[in-house]
Amino acid sequence: MAKSEGCGASRRACLKFMAAAAGGAAAGAGGAALVGRLGPAPRGPFGVLTPEEARLVEAVAEQIIPSDKDPGAREAGCVTFIDRQLGGPYAKFAEKYRRGLACLQKTSEAMFGKAFEALAWPDQTRVLEAMDSGKVPKEIWTDPGAREFFNLLRDHTMQGFYGSPRHGGNRGYASYKMMGLEYPRVIGQNRYPETAG
Amino acid sequence: MANKHVNAVVVGAGAGGGVAAKVLAEAGLSVVVLERGRWQTWADHDDDELISQRTTVLGNAFGPDDARHRRVIEHADGSTRIVLPSEGGYGNNAACVGSGTLSYGAMGWRFMEQDFRMRSLYGCPEGSTLDDWPITYGELEHCYERAEWEIGVAGDDAQNPFAPPRKKPQPMPPFPYNKEARILEKAARRLGWHPFPIPMLRNSVPYGGRPKCIHMRSCCGFACPINAKCGTQNTVIPAALATGLCELRTDAVAAEVMVDERGRAKGVVYFDAADRRQAQTADLVVVAASATETARLLLNSKSKLFPNGAGNNNDWVGRNIQGHAYTGACGLMAEEIYEEAGPGACIAFCDFNHGMPGLCGGAMLANEFIPLPYLSTRIRPPGAARWGLAHKEFQRSSYKRLIRVQGPVQEIPVFDSRVRVDPEVKDHWGIPVVRLSGRRHPHDVEIAKFVSGKAAELLREAGASDIWTNVPGLGGPSGGQHQAGTCRMGSDPKTSVTNRYGQVHEIDNLFIADGSLNVTNGGFNPALTIMALGYWVGEYIAKEWQGGARFKG
Repeated sequence: MAKSEGCGASRRACLKFMAAAAGGAAAGAGGAALVGRLGPAPRGPFGVLTPEEARLVEAVAEQIIPSDKDPGAREAGCVTFIDRQLGGPYAKFAEKYRRGLACLQKTSEAMFGKAFEALAWPDQTRVLEAMDSGKVPKEIWTDPGAREFFNLLRDHTMQGFYGSPRHGGNRGYASYKMMGLEYPRVIGQNRYPETAG
Repeated sequence: MANKHVNAVVVGAGAGGGVAAKVLAEAGLSVVVLERGRWQTWADHDDDELISQRTTVLGNAFGPDDARHRRVIEHADGSTRIVLPSEGGYGNNAACVGSGTLSYGAMGWRFMEQDFRMRSLYGCPEGSTLDDWPITYGELEHCYERAEWEIGVAGDDAQNPFAPPRKKPQPMPPFPYNKEARILEKAARRLGWHPFPIPMLRNSVPYGGRPKCIHMRSCCGFACPINAKCGTQNTVIPAALATGLCELRTDAVAAEVMVDERGRAKGVVYFDAADRRQAQTADLVVVAASATETARLLLNSKSKLFPNGAGNNNDWVGRNIQGHAYTGACGLMAEEIYEEAGPGACIAFCDFNHGMPGLCGGAMLANEFIPLPYLSTRIRPPGAARWGLAHKEFQRSSYKRLIRVQGPVQEIPVFDSRVRVDPEVKDHWGIPVVRLSGRRHPHDVEIAKFVSGKAAELLREAGASDIWTNVPGLGGPSGGQHQAGTCRMGSDPKTSVTNRYGQVHEIDNLFIADGSLNVTNGGFNPALTIMALGYWVGEYIAKEWQGGARFKG
């Protein structure tokens, strides 16, 4: 992965990122490796998100759909999906992402004194549960609201994971395979029952 | 260059307009159809779930587009917000040749006899404008028959003891049950219900020169890759064009019905593909733009004799907008019941459409269309995890065990659930946009509670566990793909917009031919009824045409 790409901003942020990456296997549920069954997760370049924002989105997405015996959001490329939509049909959400991600990071700092990506897996979960339940510092979340922004991230992650791969997520039809759905369906070759439906 | 004058201009190439165009062209009238969208096919969006007509998060597959269209929602407190076509609340109906009939789930229901006599049967609940239709089922019956045979329906009403009388059977045999339906059929019979195959506007055998269905799971919300789904775009519209008398203009956005000083319709002003303002004059005008857009077009057509919009001197245009309050139950079976055979919905029950004590009408119940992966992430019992490993595990282990029964509650019309035009907001072409306001009648929720309880009872009998019900709230104004009721037909001009033939009161060469006419909307998907109304209105015009003498200005 492109280590140089995310390390321009500050040495501190960079070190944090490296630590999070190194600790990924220990921290993630089921030990989400950055190189997974689908090959390395795409690392940008990102069109709308900054590298720091992209890493944060990826960490949140992985919490929403963690890797276990099947790929999770990171391997499936959900951050690529989100970044691509923010430059397209979701351009209307780009500002909300910018503000919301900053609020999310502040919440993480307020609760645990660290950036979200640097937190242990259970602490990351606690930050998102706080957002999901609205039990967050009110002064941080004026616009957008914590719950509103969490729901947006949740929906977009689900879309990236379960939608068509043509939009950048669901790499290799990971979710379809997990659910046992045949894909691609080739007319005349799949098993379409003659008698049903 | 001026457009050549024609006998009839039809606005909208959907379920109603497509049929009306065919009937008029076959009767010898020269016809121009104006359609705001264009021809579309499966290839335009393939099986992309996120850009379908069922899940529109990345846009509407078949229009309208977010760039040029918008509406205004007015909330109960008077505040407003702008909504785009792909967003919830817009109440979108597809903008393309065939409109919703290109990508629908394609249930081909006849309304029941009772659905035309709601007020006589139930009285009028407080706060409602519930009424009888000015026509009976029996009068419309031959139009249903034409729709079934000329467009194509697979079904067997003989298996449905609640079906209204018919002279001819449906033209194609019904689709067989899938595994879910076979389980539900046995359970329903044990409960004394009357299961039968859903009538479908879809080929169970080759029909109309098109092949039989190949059972895509991406069916409802998508175009059919092999044209086995029967819409107006692959049946009556090609037939209309084949007469040589009908011209279809796509990318043509109607702005106004021209009404002259004597109160007669002269034609339609529209914008063409290059955004040029055009006028198409005609001896008569048929508006079939869907309940929301038909009302908008009439309201935007102001003239000396109709300062509040064409046919709107009694303030009924745009009133009583209805859709359906969907309700039902979901559950989980112990074993996988999923079958790779779309679209999935195939068994229905009409035991609860009418005759429940204390309830005005009811709903048909049916098993559901296959939910595609993203849509299915929202199908969860109350309190289930919304994210994280538990959510993922549910998706993995429960998707193929889902069993669902749902139905469209016949809504009780509300006068203040309505379409207006916004005083300020305009679309890409500068045409004032729709402003939607109002909400459902509380009785809809009462019916939904009862019907969803019945659905849960069936799932319990079928052996499902973890059963949960879905009961809609009052919501905003209803509408959506089943939108209806905004230009009600009736015999009293003070309480309706058109007469029994869809002819606008006081403008006898202006007709409506879509779901706007529906006095009530049945406890069924309304597509076949809208098609039948296309025949009904078209046949009346053809009969009255008399070589043009009748409608000459």
